[in-house]
Amino acid sequence: MEIKVLGPGCAKCSEAEKIMRAAVDEAGVTATIDKISDFQQIAKHGVFSTPAVVIDGQIKCVGKVPSKSEALAWLKG
Amino acid sequence: MQPITSITAHNSTQPPSSQPIPASEKIKYLLVGLFGVGLWYALYSQLHRLAELLAFSLLGLKPGSHLGESVLFFFYDTPKVFMLLTLIVFAVGIIRSFFTPERTRKILAGKRESVGNVLAALLGIVTPFCSCSAVPLFIGFVTAGVPLGVTFSFLISAPMVNEIALVLLYGLLGWKVAALYLGTGLLIAIVAGWTIGRLHMENHIEEWVREMHLNAAQIPDEQLTWADRIGHGRTAVRDIVGKVWIYVIAGIAVGAGIHGFVPEYFMAQIMGKEAWWSVPISVLIGIPMYSNAAGIVPIVEALLGKGAALGTVLAFMMSVIALSLPEMIILRKVLKPRLIAVFIGVVGAGIMLVGYLFNNII
Repeated sequence: MEIKVLGPGCAKCSEAEKIMRAAVDEAGVTATIDKISDFQQIAKHGVFSTPAVVIDGQIKCVGKVPSKSEALAWLKG
Repeated sequence: MQPITSITAHNSTQPPSSQPIPASEKIKYLLVGLFGVGLWYALYSQLHRLAELLAFSLLGLKPGSHLGESVLFFFYDTPKVFMLLTLIVFAVGIIRSFFTPERTRKILAGKRESVGNVLAALLGIVTPFCSCSAVPLFIGFVTAGVPLGVTFSFLISAPMVNEIALVLLYGLLGWKVAALYLGTGLLIAIVAGWTIGRLHMENHIEEWVREMHLNAAQIPDEQLTWADRIGHGRTAVRDIVGKVWIYVIAGIAVGAGIHGFVPEYFMAQIMGKEAWWSVPISVLIGIPMYSNAAGIVPIVEALLGKGAALGTVLAFMMSVIALSLPEMIILRKVLKPRLIAVFIGVVGAGIMLVGYLFNNII
């Protein structure tokens, strides 16, 4: 599973990354988590409100920090 | 086997708890809300009496003394500001749950300029976005065909018309000042954006942005229930009040100090109406200063009380919250220096105009 957390690097973005890491640990799935802070890369994903979470190329949420239960649901789904 | 209709009723991205609430639930929320506001108001109206009790009866300070007036100011303003702040941030959190940057972009794309500028400035107030999202948002808007000037109206209004500043101005200085701030803030965003649009500076956007063809991503549109929206309000209170309380207290403490100890009319010479140079200097000083609206307004109130002119003080406040150096630096990634300079120039000129206007009519 390939997880990308998109965000230039404010407090909210790192919180989103932390939650995704915690969710991956809890779900026990194997996944790579990349933090993408380059604006050009973010824009290429078609995302313009951050933080955003992309799993295997699919946008899961934009413009907010996901809750852990949301994140777990994405990982299991 | 499950009937197909039960699958379509649920958006796969939404949490399973999201069911439409029955009317009785809505009435319950309404009643609880009304009761809450009533309780809030009852307490709010007693704050001055409580503060006097605390400062003069309990601490034994003398009314009219320097220390007494400072302490009273602090004890009265601190709970007052926090009560106003909590109420408004909660309400704005709920309102914002109806708007997303994606929806706003859809509304603005393809709008004509003048109408678009007005709409963009209004949407700038209610669309939630984290300040570090300014650059992705800029790219998203411009590539979706939102005109450059309209995009700027949005980007100017979002920080300029700040709900925290609005509520504090209302609470500390009355509804007239709050309305002036709201009206002129919107006007600056509309006119400045329109002006930037007239200047046709599209080629001062960095090339890579212009060449970018965004395939509009399929972003799940969330269906929110009232319980979710109230949750949004609660999160907003926790996030925002949790973040700004220290600025508010610091601001009120400085304000209290000025209130009790700085002589009356002291500010009149430096920031009064007669000092014409004070408006541009206030704007210049405001640019590198980056403060929370929450911290700046109590200081504004105290300065006004000591003879500073309203226009000068409003100009200073707008400059502090709307023109920030860190934002300019981050916008440099997508804008060429000349466009940034024009942005600062146009917005700065607008703020100065507002300053002079109020110094001369009030």
